Amino acid sequence: MENLKVVGKKIPKLDAPLKAAGVAQYIQDIKLPGMLYGKILYSKYPHANILKIDTSKAEKLAGVKAIVIAKDMPPNFRIGFMKDNPPLKSKKVLSIRDEIAAVAATSQEIAEEALSLIEVEYEELPGIFDPLEAMKEGAPILHEEAKSNVLKLPWRLVCGDVEKAKDESAYIAEDTFSTQWVTHCCLGTSGCIAHFDMQNNLTLYSNTQIPSLAQNDFVEALNAFGLKNRRVRIIQAVIGGGFGSKLDTYAYEYIAILLALKTKKPVKIIFTREEEFFATSPRQCTITKISQGCDKEGRLTFREVEMILDNGAYTSWGATTPSVMMLPISSLYKVPNVKYTAKCVYTNNTYCQAMRGYGNPQATFAIESNLDQLAEKADIDPLEIRRINANEPGEITPQRFKITSCGMKECIEEVAKRLNWKEKRGKDKGRGVGMASLIHVGGGARVYKSDGCGTIIKMDDFGKVDVFTGASDIGQGSDTVIAQIVAEVLGIPIEDVNVINNDTEVCPWDVGVHASRTTFVAGNAALGAANRIRQQILDAASKIFEEEPSNLDIKDSIIFSTKNSEKSIPLGKVLRRIHYTTGGKMLMAEYFYDPANENFDKEFKGNLSASYAYGTHGVEVEVDKETGKVKILNYIAAHDVGKAINPLLLEGQIYGGGLQGIGYALGEKMIYKDGRLMNGNFLDYKIPTVKDVPPIQPVIVETEEKEGPFGAKGIGEPGLVPTAPAIANAIYDAIGVRIKDLPITPEKVLAAIKAKEGEKKI
Amino acid sequence: MKTIKVMLNVNNEKVTLQVKPYETLLETLRERLSLTGAKESCSLGSCGACTVLVNGTPMRSCLILTPEVEGASITTIEGLKNGEKLHPLQQAFMEKGAVQCGFCTSGMILTAKALLDRNKKPEKRDIVKTMSSNICRCTGYKKIIEAVEETSKK
Repeated sequence: MENLKVVGKKIPKLDAPLKAAGVAQYIQDIKLPGMLYGKILYSKYPHANILKIDTSKAEKLAGVKAIVIAKDMPPNFRIGFMKDNPPLKSKKVLSIRDEIAAVAATSQEIAEEALSLIEVEYEELPGIFDPLEAMKEGAPILHEEAKSNVLKLPWRLVCGDVEKAKDESAYIAEDTFSTQWVTHCCLGTSGCIAHFDMQNNLTLYSNTQIPSLAQNDFVEALNAFGLKNRRVRIIQAVIGGGFGSKLDTYAYEYIAILLALKTKKPVKIIFTREEEFFATSPRQCTITKISQGCDKEGRLTFREVEMILDNGAYTSWGATTPSVMMLPISSLYKVPNVKYTAKCVYTNNTYCQAMRGYGNPQATFAIESNLDQLAEKADIDPLEIRRINANEPGEITPQRFKITSCGMKECIEEVAKRLNWKEKRGKDKGRGVGMASLIHVGGGARVYKSDGCGTIIKMDDFGKVDVFTGASDIGQGSDTVIAQIVAEVLGIPIEDVNVINNDTEVCPWDVGVHASRTTFVAGNAALGAANRIRQQILDAASKIFEEEPSNLDIKDSIIFSTKNSEKSIPLGKVLRRIHYTTGGKMLMAEYFYDPANENFDKEFKGNLSASYAYGTHGVEVEVDKETGKVKILNYIAAHDVGKAINPLLLEGQIYGGGLQGIGYALGEKMIYKDGRLMNGNFLDYKIPTVKDVPPIQPVIVETEEKEGPFGAKGIGEPGLVPTAPAIANAIYDAIGVRIKDLPITPEKVLAAIKAKEGEKKI
Repeated sequence: MKTIKVMLNVNNEKVTLQVKPYETLLETLRERLSLTGAKESCSLGSCGACTVLVNGTPMRSCLILTPEVEGASITTIEGLKNGEKLHPLQQAFMEKGAVQCGFCTSGMILTAKALLDRNKKPEKRDIVKTMSSNICRCTGYKKIIEAVEETSKK
């Protein structure tokens, strides 16, 4: 690992110059000749029968080119994880974001005016907005064919014998925690342009984070439209933020496709910020009942978790987040006996999706808050109980995760040291410290049958390469990390690496940007392809030098003998020599990397990831007892990343994730009242600004993961996973009140302080 | 439809346009002049992604009607480069890792430029106060502050 020239260096993101210059092209910026503008009419009520839709007035408006309603979609065409969502609704609406009709017009303004001319008659129905109500017997059923509001998903994990462990535990702590809806708030709103060619092949300009899977979805849609054997090409514009929001295909995309098909023109749909708030899918809210036990020495004996998730009206990947929640529930710290059940419940609220962490933040909030409660019962320092139970390399967890590299202990110690834990804890009234750890997948996650990514590299006559990767860049910097790996292996400057990552017509398959998998999986794919090119170069050079390829190396685009320093030749010269000759060749290589991880079996057991990422966050807070306001005085974020391929971008993930976590912990909440969003804009839904940035210190722990490219593991999501419980634990240390319901607002803190003082008086 | 004649100086170039009476400066820049560096993200003046300089003052172009700024000098992100050379702030944003998805970047850089134009050596608290007008969801702001600080030291 020594003498690395490109890997491990703080290299600016490759597309940063374009973005800083303001010339990067986002979906908002792309225009095609003859392009029309699409707009969607949403439901007026969260639950209603649709009696009549009259589009006749809108059709007469000059500039309107098409209006579509449910009957224009193929009958029985449904989208979503459980295929329960028709992109346009015909008889019934189940949420306020239900799509009823759509218009394509020659301008945005005309499209908007046309929407106002569409007349819809509804019969309003009573709605169900609380998952507990929806689970009661006799509650109205949202999806009649499903016969129950509880989704038929088998979220149940049992490891060991929890009941027996309970009997044998010296201490048990039990409580209930809840979390709120929060939303991604990508600065670039959702949008697409659908365009058919003369043969009805579809090109979709998109900002999806799953180009290959989206391509499949749209091929299926074209089949449903009766367009068999047509090609679908996804071209990604520069993506204005993802965080999980673009992990599925959505009704608006199918509507744009339908409008484009009807008008034979390109159709663009761009969400307004208002739509982005109410018509995209947030992180789901949860109610979690948890109990954990330990023996006299503080060793964990069991963990039992029951969870209820408000799924909303339709299914997307949000309904599958319990599969990732199992990860911390079964394997955060050593815990031999585990039981977990989760119910996802249909309500007339907005439907939920993946968001950075994919369920892990909700589960970790409950586990790590409750662990402090257990430590208090057992009279053990919260730092000590974490030391005692920390995960270690070589462990096989109850869910059968094979832990390879594991820097959890180092992360805990770094936090304890840098936070000055012993000095600060339990001393100063009104000030306190808390910590919380995380486990996350760090080597891909086999949620589909393939967890792979392909890379193709071609080299020109001068040693410059084009790298075609399946891995999308959503701002996190995968373009740069992939270029660094290729440059390192080939001994060329990073400027000579061009990464192409946005077109399914030329880029190989990839399962998508999710599960913090891109550096690990796409990085390994790039590494594999680069190694193959390198071998071809060295084989060719070995003939020129009359030297074994193994005695050759490349640095600064010069091939040289490691045995005889006088033998050297510029890379370009070799390339031209083997190209411009009879029977010549140009260098190309491909590699498809699919990690050796496992799908869960029927009991949800198996080695989901090829490696696991760890981290610990520690925080010192000051709580104002008069106002309930929590101020973060110091924040340490220690992460085991295997190896930092690019510390600059890595810090960016930790700072960015950390601040999203702080927003989740202390303020952000989508306020839904009877199925309607009350704060759908940046004035009323406050995301952190620069004024909310605490003194935050990232600590990078390198454990050199054997399976990772140059030893690296994933870091995309971990930065926000343990934030909320670390803060909640620090607040408890500061003022002795525990907030169990996110976000931890000053109102809740103040109420808890008052309640506690009331108890004292009695 | 009735249009209004407006003269503007955009990035040191005089332009004369016929605009709609209710047309925002953001729409004029993006749709009429193809200057797409200013971004539409909230249309409420709450995020700062559409920030441009109007006579040197950072303003939300989504809230300004073009006829209101008749005769004004407008600087957009496209006007910051000196020939092929990026402005020191653009350079610092790039090098410091202050750019992730990049959607907020134009507005951030122009907001910072206006600050440094009126105060060459701002204190960190001035930078924080000024930059708090703009939202970023990716970076956690830390490196944005560093980029502005770094530029101010040059």
